[in-house]
Amino acid sequence: MANGNGNNRTSPERRPRIGFYVCHCGVNIAGTVDCAEVARYVGTLPGVVLSRDYKYMCSDPGQELIQKDIAEYKLERVVVASCSPLLHEHTFRTAVEKGGLNPFFFHMVNIREHNSWVHTDRAEATAKARDLARAAIERVARHKPLETKRVPIKPVTLIVGGGIAGIHAALTLANAGKQVILVEREPTIGGHMAKFDKTFPTLDCAACILTPKMSAVGAHPNIRLLTYSEVVKVDGFVGNYKVTIRRKPRYIDEEKCVGCQDCISACVFKQPKFTDEFNEGLGKRKPVYIPFPQATPQVVAIDSNVCLNFRNGPDGSRVVSDKCKKTCVEACGDRNAIDFTQKERFEEIEVGTIIVATGFQAFDAKRLPAYGYGRYPNVFTALEVERMVNASGPTGGHVVLRDGKTEPKTVGIIHCVGSRDKKTNRWCSRVCCMYSMKLAHLIKEHTHAEVYNFYIDIRTPGKGYEEFYNQLLDEGVHFVRGRVGEVTDWAITPEEEGKLVIRVEDTLAGVVRRIPVDMVVLATGLEPRSDAQEVRRLFNMSCGSEGFFLERHPKLAPVSTFNDGVYIAGACQGPKDIPDTVAQAGAAAAEALSLIDKGYVEQEPNTAFVLEDECSGCKSCIPLCPYSAIQFDDARGKAVINEALCKGCGTCVGSCPSGSIVQNLFDDEEIFSEIEGVLAYE
Amino acid sequence: MKYGYFPGCSLKGTGRAYEESLLPVLRHLGVELVELEDWNCCGATAYMAVDEGKACALAARNLALAERGGFQQLMAPCSACYLVLNKTQHYLDESPAMRRKVEGALGTVSLKLSRQTPVRHPLDVLLHDVGVEAIRQKVTRPLSGLRVAPYYGCQVVRPYATFDDQANPTSMDQLLKALGAEVVDWPLKTKCCGGSLTGTLPVAGLRLAYLLLKEAKKRGADAIATVCPLCQFNLDAYHDKIAARWEPVRLPTVYFTQLMGLAFGMPAHTLGLQRGFVPLELPAPTAA
Amino acid sequence: MKEIQRTIKYEADRVPGFGREVMSVPGCEKLKDCIQCGTCSGVCPLSIYMDHSPRQVMALVREDFKREVLSSCTIWLCASCYACTVECPQQIRITDIMYELKQRAIQEGFYPKRFPIPVLAQEFNRMVHDHGRISEGRLVTKLFLKTKPLEAAGMAGLGMRLMKTGRFSLKQENIRDRGDLARIMEAMDAPASGGNGKD
Ligand SMILES: Cc1cc2nc3c(=O)[nH]c(=O)nc-3n(C[C@H](O)[C@H](O)[C@H](O)COP(=O)(O)OP(=O)(O)OC[C@H]3O[C@@H](n4cnc5c(N)ncnc54)[C@H](O)[C@@H]3O)c2cc1C
Ligand code: SF4
Ligand code: SF4
Repeated sequence: MANGNGNNRTSPERRPRIGFYVCHCGVNIAGTVDCAEVARYVGTLPGVVLSRDYKYMCSDPGQELIQKDIAEYKLERVVVASCSPLLHEHTFRTAVEKGGLNPFFFHMVNIREHNSWVHTDRAEATAKARDLARAAIERVARHKPLETKRVPIKPVTLIVGGGIAGIHAALTLANAGKQVILVEREPTIGGHMAKFDKTFPTLDCAACILTPKMSAVGAHPNIRLLTYSEVVKVDGFVGNYKVTIRRKPRYIDEEKCVGCQDCISACVFKQPKFTDEFNEGLGKRKPVYIPFPQATPQVVAIDSNVCLNFRNGPDGSRVVSDKCKKTCVEACGDRNAIDFTQKERFEEIEVGTIIVATGFQAFDAKRLPAYGYGRYPNVFTALEVERMVNASGPTGGHVVLRDGKTEPKTVGIIHCVGSRDKKTNRWCSRVCCMYSMKLAHLIKEHTHAEVYNFYIDIRTPGKGYEEFYNQLLDEGVHFVRGRVGEVTDWAITPEEEGKLVIRVEDTLAGVVRRIPVDMVVLATGLEPRSDAQEVRRLFNMSCGSEGFFLERHPKLAPVSTFNDGVYIAGACQGPKDIPDTVAQAGAAAAEALSLIDKGYVEQEPNTAFVLEDECSGCKSCIPLCPYSAIQFDDARGKAVINEALCKGCGTCVGSCPSGSIVQNLFDDEEIFSEIEGVLAYE
Repeated sequence: MKYGYFPGCSLKGTGRAYEESLLPVLRHLGVELVELEDWNCCGATAYMAVDEGKACALAARNLALAERGGFQQLMAPCSACYLVLNKTQHYLDESPAMRRKVEGALGTVSLKLSRQTPVRHPLDVLLHDVGVEAIRQKVTRPLSGLRVAPYYGCQVVRPYATFDDQANPTSMDQLLKALGAEVVDWPLKTKCCGGSLTGTLPVAGLRLAYLLLKEAKKRGADAIATVCPLCQFNLDAYHDKIAARWEPVRLPTVYFTQLMGLAFGMPAHTLGLQRGFVPLELPAPTAA
Repeated sequence: MKEIQRTIKYEADRVPGFGREVMSVPGCEKLKDCIQCGTCSGVCPLSIYMDHSPRQVMALVREDFKREVLSSCTIWLCASCYACTVECPQQIRITDIMYELKQRAIQEGFYPKRFPIPVLAQEFNRMVHDHGRISEGRLVTKLFLKTKPLEAAGMAGLGMRLMKTGRFSLKQENIRDRGDLARIMEAMDAPASGGNGKD
C-alpha cells in the first residue's frame, strides 16, 4: 500500500463542507428536470454549504466556478449532477484537484442518461434527480483521499493482422521510431487488398500502391514480422501485456530462404495440383509454394497436408514420413533452407499496446441458394473475378467462364449478396456498390461484354465515388434497380437457351424482367471473420450484435476498445474501404503512440485490497477473479491482491465469506450511505 | 410407428390415387395410420382469404380432434392441409388473443387445445422416421431407367417446413434414388403449379403448369413425381387445354407414393395409377 | 396509340390510416420495413400478370392508397406460394398481407362481380361452413355456373373424363358433427371478449 490508498477507514466525526452543482446541459437536462428546484432542495441537506445550478458545468467557466468556490467557501467535498461519468468524471476530478482538494473528494451523479433522456414527466424526473443527488451527498461525505498510480508503458506495439490496416499502422509506428511486432496468420502479409488488380474509385493498380508498403514492412529495422503465426494467449494489462504467439511450422528457415523458388520448380509434383487459396480456388499450386510473386516475406512455405514427405500420424496430425525424394531439398542445395524437422513453437513477447487489425471475411455465397453459387458453374463471387482480372492471377488477366477459355458476352453483377438481408447479414457492407462498379468497368474493358448491375440502392458516399458512378453510366453499363429474385438455367424463350437467367423486378421501369447472361457475379458482403468471437475474448474486447469488434465510442473513440491499450483498425471494426481502413490504422497508431510517448498510464485507484487481519485464508476469492489478480501468500496464509492487475470489478469483494476484502471508492460505508440516501424519502 | 391421419378433402376426391397409394405403401413399411374421426376441411387457401379467425378455428378443430384421439403426431399428405395446419399452430402461438378466442370457441363443443401436435408430411416421416435404408430394402422391382423430375411444389417446404431446404429440397430426390429411379435435376422443384388459378384464371394458372411440364420434358424426364393433390391435378388434367393454347407437352405426373408402390412390387391398379389421364409407362425391366 | 390517362395521385385519393390499420394486424407489422427492393416481385410466379407488382402493393398500402390496392387484381392473383415471404430480405410476410387485403376487399365489396377468384373463395367457405368438407365436383360446377356460364359447357368434357377415372362426383360430403362446427363458427363470430387482435 505504498501510495497509502485504502488505509483510511475512519468515519468523519464532523460532516465535511459540501458544494453541490446541478448542470442544465443546455436543455438536455433542464428541459425535463427543474434544475433550480434540485439546487434549492440539495441546499437544505446537512453538510451542504453551497448549492448551485449552472448552464454548462463542463465548460471552462463551469470548472473555474468549482475551483473558486472551493477556496471561497472552504469546500471539502464536491458533487456534480450532470451527464455520464464516462464523459466528464475526469474533467471534474481535475477541477477539484486544481481547487486544492484530493480529486476523489468528488462524486458525480448522472441525471441525463439515467434521467432526463429517459423520462418525460417533469415532476417525476425532478424528484428522481433530488433522490439521486441526496444519495451522492450522503456518499461523498464518506469519501477518503485516494491516489492514482502510474505504471510505465512498454514501448512496443503488437499488431495482429497484416492486411492494409496492419501494414499501415505498423509503418506509422515504426517510422516514429517505435518497436512493432506484426503477427499474421497467413504465410504472407497483404490481406484482401493483395488480391485486387485495381482499386476504386481511381482505379490505381493495387499492387503498385501496396507492394512497396509490404516490402517496407519486411525491411524495416523496427518491425519484427511473424507470419504464419497466431496469438494464443494475452495476459497483463495496459502498458504491460504478456502475449503468447504460436508459430506454425512452414518447414522453411526464414533466415536462410532467399526466395529463389528453385524448390518449387524442382518439386516432384511436375504440375501444380492443389487448391490455391490465394486465387480463390481458381488456380492450382504445389505443396511447396509462395502465395503470389510479391509475397512478403519472400519465403516459400510447405503445406504438410499435401506434401508427399508427410503422412497422417495416429492423432490425425501430419508427421514426417520421409517417403519423398525431396527434390526440393536438392534444389535448395547449400542454402539449406528446407527443414522438415520444424515443429510448432510458442513464443512469449511483452508489449505495451496492441492493435487488432484482423479484417473481414467475404459472405459465403452458398448460403443463398437462389443465386445458384456452387450449382451453376458460371456463377462467380466477386473475389474470384478480382483474381481473374488480375494480370498475375490464375487466368493471366482474362475474364473467362468456368471452362477456362470462353469470354462472356453478357454479365450480370448482383449487389447486396449477404448484405441488407435479415435472413443473413442485415448491414450494408459499404464497399460492394463501389467494387461492383469497378468490376463492371474492368469486365467491360477486358471483354467488351454487356454488363448489368442489379442493385437495391447505389451507395457512393465517398470522395470521387459519385463521379465514378457517372463514369460507369457514360460507359454504357446497365443499371437495373431491383434485388434479384433468382438465377436459374431455366430457359423459356429461345434467346435464353444455354444461358443463366436472372429474374428481377426492374422497379424503376415497373416491370418484371428475365435477363439471360453468360456469367453472374455475386457481390458478396463483408462479415466478421468466423473466429471473431475467439479473438474478441483473447483481447478482452466486445463485439457489436453483428459480430464486428466494438469501438469504445462510435464517434469520439472510434479506434479504442473497452480494454485500455487495445485498439482496432480496418474491416474488423466494420465494413469499410481502403481509404477509411488506412485512416483508421493511422488513428490507431496515433493512439498507441500517444500512450507510449506519455510513458505511463494512470490507474484508477478503485482497486480492492485484503484486510490481512480478517482474511481467513479460505482462498475462495482466488479462482473468481477474472483478471487473475489475486495470489495466495503461503508464508502468511493470506490472499494478496496485485493492485496493478486489479480492474476494480468487485467480484472478490462480494464473494469473501469473512468480508475481509474492501474496494476503494466502494467500501461498505460508502455504498450503504448511498443506498440510505437514495431511499430516504421526504 | 403410429400417426393420426388427416386425409383432407382432395384425397377423397380428385386426389384419391394419392390415398390409394399412400396407405398400402406406409402399411408395407410398418407405419400405422389412423384416420382422424370426423375431421373437417382444413380451410385451404380460400378460407384465409375471407376470414382468418374462422380459418384458424376450422383448422384448430382438427388439431383438437387429434388431441382428443390421443395422437402424438398428425400426418397431412396434402400440401395445403400441411401448410394450413402448421400455419394455424404458428399463428396461435404468435397471437395470444387469437388463441384465447379459438380455444373459447372449441370449448363450446368440449374440445381442447392444450398441447402441440406436430403436423408432419409423409416425405418427412418417410425420410426421418422410416429412413431411406429401410425403404431401399423393400424395393423388389427397382425403377431403373425411369427418369423422374421430383416436384415439391410450393406449400410443402414453404414457409414453415423445417424438414428440408426451402430453396432446394432433396428429400424426395433421396427417396426416388432409393427406388432405383434416375433423378432429373431441374430448378423448378418448388415453383408454383398455378394452384386454383388453373380453374379461375387459366391464362395465368395454366401457363405455370405448362412451363413445368415443358421444362421437365426438355430435361429428359419420363415422369414428374408430386407430393400434392393439387399439383398432380394441375399437371395431369389440363393437357388438352395446354396443347390448344401452347403446344402438347404430354408427360405423366404421378404421386411419389405410387412410384414407391411400384418399386415395392405392388400392382399398378391397386395404387390408383389407372386414374391419371397420362399413363405412366415403365421402361422394360433390363436383365440385371 | 393508347388512350392517355391521368396517373397523378392527389392527397384526396388516399384513405389516411388505411396503411396503419393493415400494419397493425398480427403478421403484417413488418410491412413498415419494406425497402422496395422488388425481391417479392422478382420471385413471384404470378407477378407477370399483376396490375401492381407485390412490391408496389406494399408501397400503396403504406401510403394509404386503399382503393387502388383493394381493387387491384394482384391480391387475387396471389396463389399463396410463399416464395416472396421466404425470400424477402426484410422478412415481411407478404403472403399473409395478401390474405389480409383479400379479406378487406371482400368485406368492402371491392372486386368485379363475375371475377371468379373471390367468388370461389366465398363458395368454398360456404360449403365448408355448411358441410364441413369440400366436394370438389360440386364446388367447381357452382363456380362455373356463377362466373362463366358460357364456359361451363366447355368444361363438361373434363368433368366427364374425371368422372370416368373416379375423380369427379357431385355427391356432397358431410362431417358428422355439423352442429359442433356451426357452434364453433358462431363463437368465432361473437364479439371478442379479449379481442381477436384485429382492429
Ligand atoms: C471483392 C472486393 C473488392 C474490393 N475492392 C476494393 C477497392 O477497389 N477499393 C477499396 O478501397 N476497397 C475495396 N475492398 C475493401 C477492402 O478489401 C477492405 O477495405 C480492406 O481489405 C480492409 O483491410 P483490413 O486490413 O482491415 O482487412 P483484411 O484485408 O481482411 O486483412 C486482415 C489480415 O489479417 C489477417 N488475420 C485475420 N485474422 C487473424 C488472426 N487471428 N491472427 C493473425 N492474423 C489474422 C488476415 O490473414 C489478413 O491478412 C474490396 C472488398 C472486396 C470483398
Ligand atoms: S421483398 Fe420485401 S422489402 Fe423487398 S419490396 Fe418486397 S416486401 Fe418490400
Ligand atoms: S405468395 Fe403470392 S405474392 Fe407471394 S410470390 Fe407467391 S403468388 Fe406472388
